[in-house]
Amino acid sequence: MAFREYKIGAVMFGVALSMSMFITLVAPSFNIISVGSTALALDKELTYGFNSGFSFSDPLLTGGAAPRKVTLKNDPVSGAGMEPVTAYVFLPNMPFPSGILHPAVLGEGTDDLSVEQGRINEASEDQGAVFLVQHGAYNGAEYPYIENATATRGWSPDAVLTAVGDANVSHAGSGKVIFVREGCWWCHTLLPEQTQDFQYFGAPPYLGDFNGESPTAFGSDRKAPDLLHVGARNSSKEWMMMHFFNPRLVQPHSIMPRFDYLWGKVDANGNEIDYNAWRKEYLKYRRGERVAPPEVPVPAPDSEARYLIDFVLNLK
Amino acid sequence: MLMKYLFAKNEEIPPGTATLFFSFSSIVWFIIGTGLGSFNAAKLAFPDWVTGMEYFAFGKMRQVHVMAVIFGWISMAFAAAMMYITPALGNTKLWSEKLALWSCLNWNIGLAVGLVLLWMGMTSGREYSDFIYPIDLIILFGVLIPVSLNVWMTIAKRRTQGIYTTNWFFAGSIFMLMIVLLVGNLPEYFHLTGLTEAYLTWWNAHNILGLWITPVAAAIAYYTIPKITGNPLYSHRIGHLHFWSIVIFYSTPAAHHLMSAPLPEWLKSFASVEGVLILVPAIAFVSNILLTLQGKWNMFVENIEVRFTVTGVLLAIPLNMQGGFQQTRSINWYIHGTGWIVAHAHLALLGFSTFIEVAAVYYGLQMIMKRKLYSLALANFHFWMLLIGFSIYWISMTIAGLIQGAGKIYEVPYIDIVIAEHPYMIARWFGGTLVFLGNCVWLYNMYMTAREGTVVPQGRMVHELAYER
Repeated sequence: MAFREYKIGAVMFGVALSMSMFITLVAPSFNIISVGSTALALDKELTYGFNSGFSFSDPLLTGGAAPRKVTLKNDPVSGAGMEPVTAYVFLPNMPFPSGILHPAVLGEGTDDLSVEQGRINEASEDQGAVFLVQHGAYNGAEYPYIENATATRGWSPDAVLTAVGDANVSHAGSGKVIFVREGCWWCHTLLPEQTQDFQYFGAPPYLGDFNGESPTAFGSDRKAPDLLHVGARNSSKEWMMMHFFNPRLVQPHSIMPRFDYLWGKVDANGNEIDYNAWRKEYLKYRRGERVAPPEVPVPAPDSEARYLIDFVLNLK
Repeated sequence: MLMKYLFAKNEEIPPGTATLFFSFSSIVWFIIGTGLGSFNAAKLAFPDWVTGMEYFAFGKMRQVHVMAVIFGWISMAFAAAMMYITPALGNTKLWSEKLALWSCLNWNIGLAVGLVLLWMGMTSGREYSDFIYPIDLIILFGVLIPVSLNVWMTIAKRRTQGIYTTNWFFAGSIFMLMIVLLVGNLPEYFHLTGLTEAYLTWWNAHNILGLWITPVAAAIAYYTIPKITGNPLYSHRIGHLHFWSIVIFYSTPAAHHLMSAPLPEWLKSFASVEGVLILVPAIAFVSNILLTLQGKWNMFVENIEVRFTVTGVLLAIPLNMQGGFQQTRSINWYIHGTGWIVAHAHLALLGFSTFIEVAAVYYGLQMIMKRKLYSLALANFHFWMLLIGFSIYWISMTIAGLIQGAGKIYEVPYIDIVIAEHPYMIARWFGGTLVFLGNCVWLYNMYMTAREGTVVPQGRMVHELAYER
């Protein structure tokens, strides 16, 4: 074998590469595995579901496999009024996030509480489930945990969706899929930096804010404002609607692409959207032949535009 | 012609056929990749230029440009060089020309399918591993394993005593690339989430550049410069230093891409120190090549391949000075996530690496077709279009990045940064377009070389013949 004079070199090569992979992969994994979830991490993984990028449950990235985040004001079983709670509704066959499938990723304490008190291991993807984020004590320390309300309170996904009505449903999970598919993260980062930057864009995330989230879509090439806390800066649905349809309507110097195609064929009233007519009128406005720009159609409740608006407004 | 050879007996395929197909494929992918880049840059400069069409939205095209350039142009040019240089250095034939042709076909098909899916929005959402994982697996099993088998078996069956520097790099880098793709995509195969996913994304991205693109480009320069100038490599030992410091230092600083993310602090500090040590292989490489040129610097002017290669090597100096220091905490806080990084990435891929590969493709195609370059004038034009276009791009994006950094730390409303960057966005588009146009001329030049280049007489090397046009 003509390689024999290179035996030592080949062994050294293997040793060097293994050492390097041990230091850069194995060693940090001990740190990362030991990180417990914050309440925000539980909220995020229950809002976004299994995966916001490609997966075989949503190969075309339509957002169809993502759960709903709802604000519940009535008990879905008895119908009685109650303090508003945020619930995460997984319809039948919507894949669960990592934290439900493998509670170990939630971190110590959160993992135990979610299984023992939250009964998350009783949840079944075939029947769907409703989850809540709760706080509880474990071994004397306070931890956030996930409660499977389908098991603990008998709330079925259908009953919850009926009880809340469309106005209190957020499609933020589907919206994140659109955010990934449309490549919003190529310009808008989701990571205020740990230096001066955060005074403008809000607090940088904590170590435990990401458990169960995939992809994290931090972004690397910022050409536009950071969005991690955008919903706290600007919570106007109308502004977002105009901005996505044509960013130049609300910010004349914006270089963002128009995302009017996310509206689909019809608007909220079921009327067909005539894009060509709209653009013609808009050009008139740009030339000064119209005082005001044409009205932006309100997106239909199941349009991708609505998903994306819900996602952005949910980034608090 | 490809069809004819795919099912021919291995012995009946003329040596170099695979390089021929890989080379022309890489030029075509270069044109596609830079064309997409130019289009994307135009969209940043003139956002209402092509608008309201789903498939021409910036967010759907940006990653197609990046992946077309990395896996279409750069990596295919690498494969072309490997299929030619490995047997040449072993004084033998390629282990299996047929396998190489099949991997070229698989590569083109797999990449085209992957890019179309990416363009449709089917993405993993992870930078530099944007392809959905079935495509990654196709590339791994259909392309990289066959190519690496060819490289390793050709080296094993060589008819020379030792293994020359270039071939250690080829054999080692393609092995490391496969490991990197396998490990870097673990989050997709096994649905790893959270910080693990974020970190592995950049572990993958960093190592694709550090263990594949940088060393293979350098390995090509280790071949072309001694071969064309006729000078032996200045120092084999410095070559050793380069190889081992790449394996040890370049494989470890992945976390410096996430200096401002909540990763373990020790990891970031470690990565930052290792990142500075990247200067060891960089200085070893640049000094080795430049010292090899002793007494032959006239060829930097007179020979187009030497000029391209040495320009690439010289661009490695600012590249590594930036790369070594911009990731330290004291500098990174200012330029992280700005156009400075975009400029740096283009300095690595369009500057350093591309110039060396262009030389290899020029040289390899002439050697295999046994025809002298059709036109030196067109090649000169190509060189200057690339160099001027790249320089405009690099300078404008560096300035834009510094503006962005200043805006970031002084908390300027973001729209003011967008307004201030606008002239540089136009300059960037202009520079990128020059590169694209230069590449179109290149393809014409190589096509004409195939058809009308003067036949190189038996026993002569192409660089011994005078240019005619």
